[in-house]
Amino acid sequence: MAMIENMRTIKWAAWLGWEMESNWTNPIVFIIYSIIRPIMATLILVFMYLIVLKSTSAEPALFSYMFIGNAFYMYVAQVLMGITWVIHEDREHYQTLRHIYIAPVNFKAYLIGRGVTKIVTTTVAILITLAFGILVLGLPISFHEINWPMLLLAIFVGLLCICTIGIALAGISLITARHGAGINEGVAGVFYLFCGVIFPLTVLPSWGQSVALAIPLTYWLEILRRSLVPETAMISGLSGFSELEILILLFVSFLFFLSLSNLIFRYADYVARKKGRIDMTTTY
Amino acid sequence: MIDWRLNLRAIIGRAYPRIVGSLREPSWLFFDIFLPLLGIAAFVFYYKALGAPSVFIGFVILGGAMTAYWINVLWSMAAQFYWEKEVGNLQLYLAAPMSRMSVLAGMALGGMFSTTLRAISTLALGFVVFNVEIEIISPMKLVAVFFLTLVALYGMGAMFSSLYLLYGRGVWHLSSIFQEPIYLVSGFYFPVRVLGFWVAALASIIPITIGLDAMRQLIFNGQDTMGFLSIDIEIAILCVLTIAFIIGAKIALDFMENLSKREGRLTLRWQ
Repeated sequence: MAMIENMRTIKWAAWLGWEMESNWTNPIVFIIYSIIRPIMATLILVFMYLIVLKSTSAEPALFSYMFIGNAFYMYVAQVLMGITWVIHEDREHYQTLRHIYIAPVNFKAYLIGRGVTKIVTTTVAILITLAFGILVLGLPISFHEINWPMLLLAIFVGLLCICTIGIALAGISLITARHGAGINEGVAGVFYLFCGVIFPLTVLPSWGQSVALAIPLTYWLEILRRSLVPETAMISGLSGFSELEILILLFVSFLFFLSLSNLIFRYADYVARKKGRIDMTTTY
Repeated sequence: MIDWRLNLRAIIGRAYPRIVGSLREPSWLFFDIFLPLLGIAAFVFYYKALGAPSVFIGFVILGGAMTAYWINVLWSMAAQFYWEKEVGNLQLYLAAPMSRMSVLAGMALGGMFSTTLRAISTLALGFVVFNVEIEIISPMKLVAVFFLTLVALYGMGAMFSSLYLLYGRGVWHLSSIFQEPIYLVSGFYFPVRVLGFWVAALASIIPITIGLDAMRQLIFNGQDTMGFLSIDIEIAILCVLTIAFIIGAKIALDFMENLSKREGRLTLRWQ
């Protein structure tokens, strides 16, 4: 019963998020925002690559590594932002958080629902980016050689993981005043640097590699790359692990982050209620 | 008759909260200084993975530091009148007797100050951490390029802020659209010449494109900076852009203010 209610909350929260994202803006601006922007961001890396190695086929494994990592990292940046910013936006801007908080719905389900909107729009952006990579830049992804079960499983677990981290950050946002964007960008920046999104982990200093191995998103990106272009495993710095081992590491680290996220959110929620922060406005 | 004293007070008054605000909360300094370094470090390691010459690391750090200004111009200049409308300040600005240009100038000065703190810290930390070699050809020209770039850039921001007066929530998307694509076409992380002459020429409408290119040539003397135009030509272009954007800001402000008054959008919140 609770599951059905939570699913309904997620559905309507996602609808609300979609309305806020799309219907309140010019459709052309929205399309450019959703599609052109991520492609442009990827092209920065492509030009950096081309300026040094001259051709995308010079180091195909490295190019694939960078391109796929960067494409899927969009989920991290967008979904984290989607879930975390809700607190700030609903509390301070629209001042609706107090009403949602006391409504008979699961608040975490509401946050995840708002994140679902970002998942949908980001999925479109990722698909377009990958298509652009394959068709224009010669990204060596063969549709028939993709390990679909592994890819879909990895995407599912990875998105759960990102939502979990987002919930923890949303919890922290409940008890902070104007740090919503900073916290989100900071955590996303840590992941961008340490998870080997655009460069192999071996380039990092040894302490940086240790940090990378403690973050589930490192394994998530690795399994995604292996599903699409298996050759990337040779340069990733995780070649010593099989696909199964990477999946197990992803699950184990995800479960750890899930527990941590629950603890952080419950604590932050308690403090926020105790200190009266749920309906706080700071004229952001 | 222009009341210079009143306008000067308005400039100081509008700049004041930005200057004081940037120093008031110590945790913001952490976010402002260390967080940009994370993204810059990722790009540095990316260049290292590609085996790029060391001067490229300098490009990334310089470009990364300058992103602070672009973000500030987009979100705290261009979109600022929208935020002011949302919190109810805009009507007060318009009812006050000073020139609206003073408000824009104050916003720009305050923004430049707080952003310079962030940019200089990022630059200094980045150069030290990644051990970047620099050799400045002409410190005077470097200072001139830097300030011309800032004045032209904030003039552009002031012009945009007027255009944004008519927008509602869409400004969020509009500013987002201008963020990464400008990082690309302005060559924040690689020499803009790589994009080809015409793309680089078009991108030069944005002052930071030309400013960054000139700064690279001035800072990394003796290394292949792949400059787009000569430094003197770039300084001349920056002078033209500075004048054009400030005049453009004044024209746009007058036009948009009248238009939004007629259409009743000046006090329309949450649209």
